[in-house]
Amino acid sequence: MQLTGEARVARPDSALRLNPFTRTLLTLCVCTAPVIGGVLPEDRADVMYHYYNGGDITVEGPSVLIRKKVGDNLSFTVNYYEDMISSASIDVKLSASPYHEKRTQWSGGVDYLHGKSMYSAGAITSKEPDYKANTIYFGLSQDMFGDLTTLSLGYRRGWDQIYRDIKVNGDIINDPTFHERADHRGYSMSLSQILSRNTIANFSYELLTDQGYLANPYRKIRYLSPGQGEGFTLADQVYPDTRTSNAASLSLKHYLPWHASVTGQYRFFRDTWGIVANTFEVDYTQPWHSWIFDGTLRYYKQNAADFYSDLFPRADYQNFMARDRELAAFQTYTVGAGVAYQFPHYGWAPWVNRSSFNFHFEHFLAKYSDFRDALLAPEYGAGNEPLYQLNANVFTMFLSIWY
Amino acid sequence: MGESPQGSGRGIAAQVARAVATTLLLAALAACAAPQPWVKPYEREHFADPIMSANRDPVSSIYLEHVYESREGARGATGTVGGGCGCN
Repeated sequence: MQLTGEARVARPDSALRLNPFTRTLLTLCVCTAPVIGGVLPEDRADVMYHYYNGGDITVEGPSVLIRKKVGDNLSFTVNYYEDMISSASIDVKLSASPYHEKRTQWSGGVDYLHGKSMYSAGAITSKEPDYKANTIYFGLSQDMFGDLTTLSLGYRRGWDQIYRDIKVNGDIINDPTFHERADHRGYSMSLSQILSRNTIANFSYELLTDQGYLANPYRKIRYLSPGQGEGFTLADQVYPDTRTSNAASLSLKHYLPWHASVTGQYRFFRDTWGIVANTFEVDYTQPWHSWIFDGTLRYYKQNAADFYSDLFPRADYQNFMARDRELAAFQTYTVGAGVAYQFPHYGWAPWVNRSSFNFHFEHFLAKYSDFRDALLAPEYGAGNEPLYQLNANVFTMFLSIWY
Repeated sequence: MGESPQGSGRGIAAQVARAVATTLLLAALAACAAPQPWVKPYEREHFADPIMSANRDPVSSIYLEHVYESREGARGATGTVGGGCGCN
């Protein structure tokens, strides 16, 4: 399919001119200020270790999240997060080389409570050798109708800088010829509604737009080249410069008479690249004495982006071409379980209200419908390789203290 | 002189029209008023239980959303704000 170049046309954009949505958001912020009520989140600290292993990629590291109130109206939060990545994934084996790298992320935020209104603002900064990202966000939350309804509005803005690492004389450095940028904007709306004394519903909608370099600079497309090498040739991916997506989710949480809860969630997603996705999730939580047990089932399905192909018929087949497997057609299945143990109250730490130790495990299976294991091309022939499957295990363990 | 049957019919029609208009006005005013909370504050103890929290452990839910977002094409409407990449 030959795609048009319309998506490449940059939008006339002025940083100083506010669009109608932003103006509405700001107006709502001002209009809802003088109302009264609301609750700030509890003071707590979490220290977590996370581990992901799947598709010959291991990602692990710590995360620390601290939240503290100052006075009756302000609450601050700080998060440090680290990924230590060791990758020899199928993509890396095909078109790059295995690597180890570290990503660190800091985020800080503040919540201000004014009556029944909560104002939030924060910033996130993430750094890895070939990717730097900065994000700011603002939010407004308003309780209404006897506190049965909570309406939240959010805005976020992100600026990314993308580099490409190369190996020169045994040292890994940023390619001096490659430096790209990407900008992101997000608008969100959420409505939470108490339906009965046991049931609460939540509807969320989020619009996200991206502009700039949106591809992965290491991954390649492949096109048929019969009689040469393995029957295919690798070439650079070409992505559109813009992407806009809409996501809407609905969840219902119900309290069960035997002191347990069940949650059902559905999300619909669609973007301008042609991806349509559906997510279904069911969660069950069961406390028992000092323990809380959790179970999760999640199913996700998406179709491929318009410009995705596992194997293009020839070079320069169309103006946009991608082989990122995140843009392929696939389904994922997740099964998860978690356990939390609540420690008894210790006299030697009177400032601790409660504390718990938590362990969560998820098994993630992705079954691709049009992404083949190109490493097996010599055995099966280009385009006839078995479809790829990703099996991953994810676990987190963390200590939580409320004070 | 007594009221003609036709005049009487017009009177009834006017009364019905006034009653309908009044009902519609009252309904409109009722719709404008804040609804009475059908779950009273003292009936909401279950929502204070941690097992009913929408995001019981933010440190792990932010991480898990990042895992999904890095491997799937869909994003957004999850209630978390992520930043950065870590997507390879």
